[in-house]
Amino acid sequence: MISANFSAIFYLVSGVLFILALRGLSSPETSRQGNFFGIIGMIIAITVTFLSIGNFSNGFVYVLIFLLIGGLIGAFIAYKIPMTAMPELVAGFHSLVGLAAVFVAISAFLNPEAFNLGSPGKIKLGSLIEMSIGAAVGAITFSGSIIAFLKLQGIMSGAPITFKGQHPLNALILISIIILIYLLCSTQSSNFFWILLAISFLIGFLLIIPIGGADMPVVISMLNSYSGWAAAGIGFTLENSALIITGALVGSSGAILSYIMCKGMNRSFFNVILGGFGATEQSSSTQNKEQKPVKSGNADDAAFLMKNASSVIIVPGYGMAVAQAQHALREMVDTLKKNDIKVSYAIHPVAGRMPGHMNVLLAEANVPYDEVFELEEINNDFANADVAYVIGANDVTNPVAKTDPQSPIYGMPVLDVEKCKSVLFVKRSLSPGYAGIDNDLFYKENTLMLFGDAKKMTEEIIKNLG
Amino acid sequence: MEIDPFIFRLSIFILSIFVGYYVVWSVTPSLHTPLMSVTNAISSVIIVGAIIAALAGNSDSIFNTSSIFGFLAISLAAINIFGGFLVTQRMLAMYKKKKKDK
Repeated sequence: MISANFSAIFYLVSGVLFILALRGLSSPETSRQGNFFGIIGMIIAITVTFLSIGNFSNGFVYVLIFLLIGGLIGAFIAYKIPMTAMPELVAGFHSLVGLAAVFVAISAFLNPEAFNLGSPGKIKLGSLIEMSIGAAVGAITFSGSIIAFLKLQGIMSGAPITFKGQHPLNALILISIIILIYLLCSTQSSNFFWILLAISFLIGFLLIIPIGGADMPVVISMLNSYSGWAAAGIGFTLENSALIITGALVGSSGAILSYIMCKGMNRSFFNVILGGFGATEQSSSTQNKEQKPVKSGNADDAAFLMKNASSVIIVPGYGMAVAQAQHALREMVDTLKKNDIKVSYAIHPVAGRMPGHMNVLLAEANVPYDEVFELEEINNDFANADVAYVIGANDVTNPVAKTDPQSPIYGMPVLDVEKCKSVLFVKRSLSPGYAGIDNDLFYKENTLMLFGDAKKMTEEIIKNLG
Repeated sequence: MEIDPFIFRLSIFILSIFVGYYVVWSVTPSLHTPLMSVTNAISSVIIVGAIIAALAGNSDSIFNTSSIFGFLAISLAAINIFGGFLVTQRMLAMYKKKKKDK
């Protein structure tokens, strides 16, 4: 058994190591070391917890068993998961953090003596408030992440689900959460605690169902943030600085990512959260659908254009992930490079279903990260490039965002693909993108549409290049 | 008058938010996905609460309603810890610089 002060110091150390873990991610070279710091921090935190309890009774064995069960499942998932499924995995993990926070809060509520919080029915006021906030946020994180997971996995339709009175209902529930916390604190009645948990689960569910598939980068980041705040809430209850520090780190990390994603779509956070985007816009764009001429070509034409180019910019999007085309893409680029053609990749901040989604997929396909550029870094290069190869991206290349103030995506930062001498646009059909808006790029003089599956098309181009 | 320990915890909390803010802004956008998976892993440090909850049962009964929730939370958090760190490691191992040709 070690003293409380001693263990508090070690919790602080592990908190600092977690900060270093995030700090390491500032560049790929230092990132692996950062991850290592994170692991060390976790080992310290767990070891110190064991030592501070010091009571190595038979309960200890069960702790190890449960730890091992979870660990094996986690390790198995980590090794098996395909990189394209990363958004689902992260959403799934968020839900587990949320549920774990709820369980710890329940346990603390039922047995406050174990945590030095008072006795059942006489829990310290401050602890009770912290505990109920942690539990409520944890529950919201859990059910919200489950919905995000189902939507990403395709089990549930990615289309926004909206109904009349949705916003007033949500507002009502949020207010009742606050009232319930107040009632819980004044009466200490466990009934209020259970009701609080139930409606927190409900609101998490209701908050996420109206949000459409392509807004998932914001949702995942937001839930990331929530999981942090839940952990911090529990950290306050347990008076544990490692948890408080980590919760604050994760909370602000998720908030920043949400902000970056919202900015990438030129939408306010509230606009995304209130949801329903895409559902209302579709009707307006389908009305004035005159048939405009489109130039379409085949892999042979594409190969010809690329062979005669001196620089090519690749613009990947979610469609590349769906078609698992990243490996074929890299092969194509290898062939181009053999012909002394300069190739770079342009990534829009909201390409894919989560922040950094495209970068991971390209890294998986062995694309060196110094060939991959962010929007601001590469946008001026389109004017000097010969060919842009748009694979699975759509709305993020739509010039309408710059020209038409009526458009729902007006003002969104887009890649200036149309400035290239020629644009090769791989797409299955002419259907509008997620936002329901026609892409002007399809009808430009210098655009050649390549209709087909992203992977098959890329493979055919490779054949024609050879 | 003595300062409530809560204020100290609040100070840690607020300062950590600021640390998080500056540290996360310096994360390169290409590593945003690993950032999310590693934050997943570290927020599962909530396992310390789960362990305390699980071992809180008296000597006569290891399993009671309160400790069972603790044990379950241990497993959930452990999935995240192992899964989160390992998948992050797997991803980071893929980020390679251009090979110096020739």
